[in-house]
Amino acid sequence: MKELIRNKMALLALIFILAMLILAMLAPLLTRYDPTSTDPGSVLTAPSKEHIFGTDRLGRDIFSRIAYGARISLAIGFIAVGIASIIGLLIGAIAGYYGGPIDYALMRFVDIMLCFPTIFLILAVISILEPSITNIMVIIGATGWMGIARLVRAQILTLKERDFIAAAKVMGAKDSRIILKHLIPNAIAPILVSATLGIGGAILTESALSFLGIGVQPPTPSWGNILMDGRSTLGVAWWLTVFPGLFILFTVLSYNILGEALRDTSEPRLKE
Amino acid sequence: MNVLEVKNLKVYFNAPGQIVKAVDDVSFNIEKGKVFGIVGESGSGKTLTALSILKLISPPGNIAGGSVIFNPSAGSGSNGRDLLKLNEESLRGVRGSKISIVFQEPASSFNPVFTIGEQIVETIISHQGVDGGKAKDIALEYLNRVHIHEAKRIFYDYPHQLSGGTKQRAMIAMALVNSPELIILDEPTTALDVTIQAQILDLLKEIIEKERLSILFISHDFGIVSRMCDSIAVMHKGRIVEAGITKDILSRPNEPYTISLLESVKALL
Amino acid sequence: MTKYIIKRILGLIPTLIGITLISFFVIHLAPGKPTDIQTSMNPKVSYEAKERLEKLYGLDKPLHVQYVEWVKRFAQFDFGRSYLDDRPVSEKIAERIPITILINFSAILLTLAIGIPLGITSAVRRGKLPDKLTTIFVFIGFSTPEFWLALLLMNLFCINLGWLPVSGIVSLDFESFNILGKILDMARHLVLPIAISTFGGLAIISRYMRTEMIGVMTQDYIRTARAKGLDEKTVIYKHALKNALLPIITIMGLSVPALIGGSVIFESIFAIPGMGRLFYESVMARDYPVIMGVLSIGAILTLLGNFLADIAYSYADPRISLPARQAEVATEEVES
Repeated sequence: MKELIRNKMALLALIFILAMLILAMLAPLLTRYDPTSTDPGSVLTAPSKEHIFGTDRLGRDIFSRIAYGARISLAIGFIAVGIASIIGLLIGAIAGYYGGPIDYALMRFVDIMLCFPTIFLILAVISILEPSITNIMVIIGATGWMGIARLVRAQILTLKERDFIAAAKVMGAKDSRIILKHLIPNAIAPILVSATLGIGGAILTESALSFLGIGVQPPTPSWGNILMDGRSTLGVAWWLTVFPGLFILFTVLSYNILGEALRDTSEPRLKE
Repeated sequence: MNVLEVKNLKVYFNAPGQIVKAVDDVSFNIEKGKVFGIVGESGSGKTLTALSILKLISPPGNIAGGSVIFNPSAGSGSNGRDLLKLNEESLRGVRGSKISIVFQEPASSFNPVFTIGEQIVETIISHQGVDGGKAKDIALEYLNRVHIHEAKRIFYDYPHQLSGGTKQRAMIAMALVNSPELIILDEPTTALDVTIQAQILDLLKEIIEKERLSILFISHDFGIVSRMCDSIAVMHKGRIVEAGITKDILSRPNEPYTISLLESVKALL
Repeated sequence: MTKYIIKRILGLIPTLIGITLISFFVIHLAPGKPTDIQTSMNPKVSYEAKERLEKLYGLDKPLHVQYVEWVKRFAQFDFGRSYLDDRPVSEKIAERIPITILINFSAILLTLAIGIPLGITSAVRRGKLPDKLTTIFVFIGFSTPEFWLALLLMNLFCINLGWLPVSGIVSLDFESFNILGKILDMARHLVLPIAISTFGGLAIISRYMRTEMIGVMTQDYIRTARAKGLDEKTVIYKHALKNALLPIITIMGLSVPALIGGSVIFESIFAIPGMGRLFYESVMARDYPVIMGVLSIGAILTLLGNFLADIAYSYADPRISLPARQAEVATEEVES
């Protein structure tokens, strides 16, 4: 913990993350305009005192859309990663603990899933479902658990050998109890690292999907679909492209920095 | 006449908040043609002392002071100079050529992706400037000298294909190819099986007699050191506790540490 | 060695089966039938017509029967016909694959050519300015949305500076060029897609290279190399590098799915007629045979990539390609 605070970059990252959370949660208080209200009179205006990030094709205030979009993009990031973590945790723990054919089957399943480019899987599933926000969260989560599963399994395998597991078994503890009470708490650290880095990844994925038109549907703003407009106004309205992108960049960057810092503190390896 | 004079050597380690004096003001001389042993427990600083001679200490450790004079009586080239103050190029001329070193772990001391032959030839070409063919001949000659069976085949083998004993013999051969004046042996048999240990020690004894080299022999094993060395220095916590001719130390140890060390080996001697 | 390869190939079979399973069920697990989109859009389509359509696509049979039939055709690379234009799916994929492979392959080469030296420099000058700058670059590389970068670069090079064309792989007057002109024209069109594809992988490769080099530099054999009096250049570029490069082979294999996935985005943005764009278009159009076909091909390419990387690694690492001589070990010791 102490080292975490000593790491200045990690601290900055944490501050930025908190700032984004505040922006998302207090969006109505921090913005002057409604994110979906159009204003035909001020279409595609450059950043000004009235609209600090400018307006889009329908005259909507970009800053408001980014602020409200933060809610969507961040929420999707968190929940998708949450889903992925739970799935990964369960599969990894079961595979690691029971070993044998169960382990083999589950790990083959992971291998197979990893053969598919994630975007392909997501697009394929979306082609049969509606691109609603819930669906997107679930799909991103359901296609991103493989790394966590492997991590958890590795942790469990090393922990299984340790004495306190043998002790618990001797005392007659049930398998599920052993998994829940002993193995999982010790596996938390790498999961936390993976999850933090995963939030960045989920935000990138969601924004890519929304950008392609199969993510969050307008008029609901998300950082990705604001950029969709940016595509068609290239060269004409730079603010539509630059600002949402910067928000994505710095948010994902912050989670990556935080995740790496967490990894450095939890893994005592050669100091770089 | 001395081949090496180590004076006031200090090797320190920078740990957060403190400085560890791993080698703390160590001085000794190695006579030409003689075997000098340094014996001590792990952590006594004996390996670091050996590494310092060729300036092979890496961070967070650093050589904080002292001097290592090579061939103090002679005057040309790297002779009579303080090795610790030599420039990179001159130092490289000494390493593997005038002074070579055999490490403890033959398994990890050879590069796994190159053949034994390649690695030996490399140092021959680097120091003797001969072509590949001649270098190979020299390499094979030395591989035979260390009694490696089927040297021609071993030459093309990779380290992982060989046994520990064979690898260590190859290491010794590699240390000999450039006809060094001083060879440092850092626990050369510690990582080997007991039976192989005996064989390697016999080989070393044979080489010492035949080649008339000067040797610095590092070990934690008093038994081995007393068998192989003419003089001994006992190290403890970075300092030399006692030093002298092997016979004298064995029969009349002065320091309590030396005595306790001898006690633990008495049975084997 | 060949035994190893055969063993590896056999191991691929369960994975291949798994791929077919997932490709198939991902689509068929949806509520309703894939043809609903076509038929339910049009209220004039009679019930009988709907039934005929379903029969045509074999959708009236039970799911597992459909699966078996699909797999049988899959083995012959027959993915059926596109709902959109009734052309064989395999034909549509075959005409799009080359350009996707060209772009991604070039990206891989560039990534290695730039990423490896970058990683080495970072490792050798650890903690100093080149390392710090590279680390910043790597972090930003991990965090940048590829499509956003594509838009920015497009804005800069195509619209503002006008140096590069905006879309497609050839210009309108392509046919009028000579060979050199044709190559140059195509190259100009591909610069940005290749650059975008390289950017993501660059961060990963240079990071891994750095980690590997640092790890290798602490090994005993590096100390031996220095103790032999070799100069630092030889120590780094001969002894350390060869060892550090081995895991990079594996990583390249693992990065194939990410590259193929990335194609979807930049092919759409730059209007490149590749497999990624085909996939995107068929998703938008609910063209299920094509979706399943591309999904499967994508997975198979990954499998192939991993397999090749695996084989390459086992050739490159003598510890795997040449086993230890157990029997001789015993005799050696005794005879000496």
